[in-house]
Amino acid sequence: MHELSVCIALMQQVERIAQEHDAGRVDRIVLQLGPLSGVEAPLLEHAWPLACTGTLAEAAELLIEAAPVKVECTQCGAVSEVVPNRLLCASCGDFRTRLLSGDEMLLASLELSRMKTQAVQQQCV
Amino acid sequence: MCDTCGCNITPGNEHLVRGDGRLAKTDEGREAVTVLQSLLSENDHQAAHNRTHFDSHGVFAVNLMSSPGAGKTALLEATIESLGDAYRIAVIEGDLETENDAERIRACGVEAIQIATGSACHLDAHMVHTALHQLDLDPVDILFIENVGNLVCPASFDLGQHRNITLLSVPEGDDKPAKYPVMFRAADLVLLTKTDLLPYLSDFRPERAERCLRELASESPLLSLSSASGEAMEDWLTWLRTEVAAQRERIRQGATLRPAIQPDGMRLHSAAPATHAHAHGVVNATGGEG
Ligand SMILES: Nc1nc2c(ncn2[C@@H]2O[C@H](COP(=O)(O)OP(=O)(O)OP(=O)(O)O)[C@@H](O)[C@H]2O)c(=O)[nH]1
Ligand SMILES: [Mg+2]
Ligand SMILES: [Zn+2]
Ligand SMILES: [Zn+2]
Repeated sequence: MHELSVCIALMQQVERIAQEHDAGRVDRIVLQLGPLSGVEAPLLEHAWPLACTGTLAEAAELLIEAAPVKVECTQCGAVSEVVPNRLLCASCGDFRTRLLSGDEMLLASLELSRMKTQAVQQQCV
Repeated sequence: MCDTCGCNITPGNEHLVRGDGRLAKTDEGREAVTVLQSLLSENDHQAAHNRTHFDSHGVFAVNLMSSPGAGKTALLEATIESLGDAYRIAVIEGDLETENDAERIRACGVEAIQIATGSACHLDAHMVHTALHQLDLDPVDILFIENVGNLVCPASFDLGQHRNITLLSVPEGDDKPAKYPVMFRAADLVLLTKTDLLPYLSDFRPERAERCLRELASESPLLSLSSASGEAMEDWLTWLRTEVAAQRERIRQGATLRPAIQPDGMRLHSAAPATHAHAHGVVNATGGEG
């Protein structure tokens, strides 16, 4: 299971970006995962709490957007939405296609706040 | 990541960069930051630097992947026996535990570094980098990196290799490419191994394995061989000789090569900001989309 490795790498990336933006807290993390990325969304969600505990993103919402598998035919030019193990042109049937989307493994965006965690905020009031 | 050329914009993520733009404020004073970076960008960075190491030492680096026991080490033993005099070969062995595979390679008179990955079911670029520091790359022509036996995880981690080879052994069944599309799509070459067993496993049809591979939109060659009987090794050895020659030519031209199908991260890395333009080399046209 490499999803934990991916989660830890993601966490490091998120913390670095949060620091660059002087954020005190990460509220939301949006990922894009295609079925051909080799990373499974449910496994990633499962591993996430292990990686985020004690970090700026401890309370962040993790949103995983699925990306469709789309190919463009290099022979007839048609664009088809296909299943991950049959990347054939739906129009002419040729196997010589180019993947347009479906292998994404991206940190798409973050939502950051200046404030520290809720607990710290309550102490200040 | 790339701000200008749009190389990392796919129909799936387009909406994030169009519309309200890269930096949009949400309510409650939160800041929304568009990132669009590979989840493995750290690994991909290290992999790019490993590749630079290989190129600067004139090494051709190959990543061997397969399910456990498909015959990776046996292939290396047979290959060393055939080409060990013509080329200087070195091997990095990745296994969860044991030095067994490295010892088998050393018994063939070739230097081998064993990486025990512990609980990690794949090699990553950092592990390979650490192993590289125990190896004198200068005299090496071909570096084989034998990945952990696993048809899933290794496909996601670029190590800095120039080529990916995926082995499919006859006892595993001919539909493996359809079951593990990520792994077989990553292969620049698929080797059908243990063909001496075909007479005993008559339901394995090599043409069906090839059809499953083509259905992944892969144009990569599929070669058959048996390391045990030594049959049909010649096509594989020719492939290897041709690749070593091509790598030497690329180095002469200051170019490099990445596996034909790259994980998302590599596509992004090629458009990394100028501060990272160091040491990543020029990318040869043949290294692009396959
Ligand atoms: N019949 C036959 N057996 C083979 C062949 N190649 C390898 N084997 C056998 O298959 C078993 C596994 O081979 P290895 O070379 O250790 O496989 P591997 O892929 O390196 O295994 P891991 O590193 O553990 O994933 C051994 O018992 C080999 O003798 C072959 O061409 N024909
Ligand atoms: Mg082995
Ligand atoms: Zn078509
Ligand atoms: Zn760099």
